[in-house]
Amino acid sequence: MNKKLIRWISWILFLGGILFTVSLFSLCVGSAGIPLKKIIALILEGKRTVEYSILFDIRLPRIILGFAVGSALSIAGVLLQGMFRNPLVEPYTLGISGGAALGVCLNIALRLSGRLGILSIPLTGFLGALIVVVVVYSLSTRKGIFKIQGLLLTGVMLSFICSSLVMLIMAISRAEDLHGIIFWIMGSLGEPQGFLIKVVFLVSMLGLFISYLLCADLNALSLGEEEAQHLGINVERTKRLLFLTASLLTGCSVSAAGIIGFVGLVVPHFMRMIVGSDHRILLVTSSLAGGAFLILCDTLARTVISPLELPVGVITGIVGGSLFVYALSKRQVSWGGK
Amino acid sequence: MLRIKNLTCGYDSKIVLKDINFKIETKELVGIIGPNGSGKTTLLRAVSGVLKPKEGAIFLEEKDIRLRGVKELACELAVVSQTSPLNHMTVEEFVLLGRIPHYQRFQFLETKKDIEIAERSMSLTDTLKLKHRPLAEISGGERQLVVIARALTQEPRLLLLDEPTAHLDITHQAGVLDLIKKLNREFGLTVIMVLHDLNLASEYCHRLLLINEGRIHKAGLPEEVLNYQIIEEVYKTVVVVEKNPVSSKPYILIVPEEERQKERSR
Repeated sequence: MNKKLIRWISWILFLGGILFTVSLFSLCVGSAGIPLKKIIALILEGKRTVEYSILFDIRLPRIILGFAVGSALSIAGVLLQGMFRNPLVEPYTLGISGGAALGVCLNIALRLSGRLGILSIPLTGFLGALIVVVVVYSLSTRKGIFKIQGLLLTGVMLSFICSSLVMLIMAISRAEDLHGIIFWIMGSLGEPQGFLIKVVFLVSMLGLFISYLLCADLNALSLGEEEAQHLGINVERTKRLLFLTASLLTGCSVSAAGIIGFVGLVVPHFMRMIVGSDHRILLVTSSLAGGAFLILCDTLARTVISPLELPVGVITGIVGGSLFVYALSKRQVSWGGK
Repeated sequence: MLRIKNLTCGYDSKIVLKDINFKIETKELVGIIGPNGSGKTTLLRAVSGVLKPKEGAIFLEEKDIRLRGVKELACELAVVSQTSPLNHMTVEEFVLLGRIPHYQRFQFLETKKDIEIAERSMSLTDTLKLKHRPLAEISGGERQLVVIARALTQEPRLLLLDEPTAHLDITHQAGVLDLIKKLNREFGLTVIMVLHDLNLASEYCHRLLLINEGRIHKAGLPEEVLNYQIIEEVYKTVVVVEKNPVSSKPYILIVPEEERQKERSR
C-alpha cells in the first residue's frame, strides 16, 4: 500500500518537474531569446525593462494559459474515456469542442462580449458544449439503455453539424468579425486577455477538484455500468456530473484557445500506459502532462517558423497524432468488458 | 431476509417475469434454475436493483429495495455477474474496488481496514497468491474466484451469483461451489445463484426455484423439484432421474433421441 503511494507521489513529482522544465524552456526561447541566467537577474532587479515585460506580460501568461488549457482538455479526456471505457472518446470526437466553438462563434458574430463583458465568452462556450452534451445524452438514453456506439456516432454527427454552422456564421458575418473568428478558431494561445486566462486556469483547477470527488465512481465505472451500480454507484447521476464537468472544462478551454484537438485523446492514453488506469493517479498526472504537452507544443508553434506563428492545433495534431499511431502499433491498451 | 412480492418486470416492451412471489430466509442457499430465456438472470437483476420492477416489489429485510439508496444496497448485497471483467488492473486493485460502497464521503485512499478486508477475502478464495498479477493474465477459473473475492470485500449479507460455474472445468466448478457452500455454512452468508447445471444445483443448493416462461414453475427441495415429469415438461427433453449414491441427492441423465428409438423398437 505504502509502496503504491510512494510510486504515485514520485510520478507526480516527476511530471511536475517536467512541467517546470518545459515552462522554463518556454520562458527562455522565442523571437527574443533570453538565457536562463538572465531571467534570474531580471526577476531580481530588471523590472520595467523590455525583457522583463516580454517575460511576464507575454510569455508567462501564455504558459499559464497553455497549462490551463492542456490540463483541462486532458482531464475532460480522462473523464469521458473513463465513463465510456473507450480510448477514442474525447471532447473533440464527442462534438463537445464543436459545440463550444459554435457558442463562441455566435458570441463573436453577435458581439455579445462587448455588451455582456468578457466573461460571456467562456460562458457561451460552456453553453454550446452543454447543449451538445444534452443532445447527445438525451438521444442516446431515449431507449432506456445507454449505448456507447450510438453515442459516438451521434457525437461525430453533431460535430459535423456544429462545424457547418460555424462556417455558416463565418459566411454571413462582417469582415471585421470574420478576422476574429478565423484567428481564434485555428487554435492559438497568443490572443486572450489576462482575465480570460485567470478564468480558464481557475476552471481547470475546479474541474480537477470535481473529478477527484468522482474518482472512486470512475474506477467503478471502468468495470461497466451495471457492475458500477452493484458497487453502489448512482450511475446516471455520476454520468450527468461527469458530462457537466467535461463540458465546463472543454467550453472554457475552447473559448480561450480555439479548437485544439488530440490533447484530450493522446495525453490520457499515454498516462494510462505508464501510471495505470486508477483514476486517483491518472487524473492528476494527466493534468500535469497535458499542461506540459501543450506548453511545449505552443513553444514549438511560436518558434519553428519565427517570426511567424503556427496555430498550436497544427502542432498538437501532428505531434499527438503520430505519437498515438506509434503507440498503438507498439502496444495495445486493453479495455474492460465487451 | 428477502421477499419478492407480485414481481412483474422486464425490458422496454417485453415482460420477462410475471407475478413472482418468493421468500428467502437468512442463511439459505437457493438455486434458480430454468431453461434459457426463462428469466433467471432477469430475476437476479431485479433483486440487485439494476432492473426496476414494473409491478410488485422486492423487500430486503422488510424494506423495499427501491427505498434503499444504491450505496446502502451495495453494502447489503453483492453481485457476481456473468461477464467477467477484462482490464489491466491487478487482482488486488480489482478486489479493493469492492470497498467503494463503504467509502466515506471524502475518502480518497483505502484505509488499513479496507486492505485487511480485501486480503481476508482473497485468502478465503485462495487468490492471495495472485495479488499482483494483472487480471487479464489469470485463468478463467482464477478470475471467477477473484470476482467472488471482490464481492466478499463488499461484506454483503446476501450474495447473488449468475452462473458462477459457466465455462469452468469440473475442478473449478467444484472449487467455486465448495467455496460458496463454505461461505454459506461458516459465515452465514445468504446466497442466491443462477445455475444451468441441474446436477450441480441439486448437489449444492438447499432449495431450488424452477422458472419457466417467466413464472415460478416449482419451488422446493431438490428432491421435490427435480423429478422427471417436471424436468421433461419444462425442458422438453427426455431424462432419467437417479439418486447420487453418496449424497442421495437427485441427479439427471439425458436420454438421447437415438437411444429412445432403440428402446421403442425393442
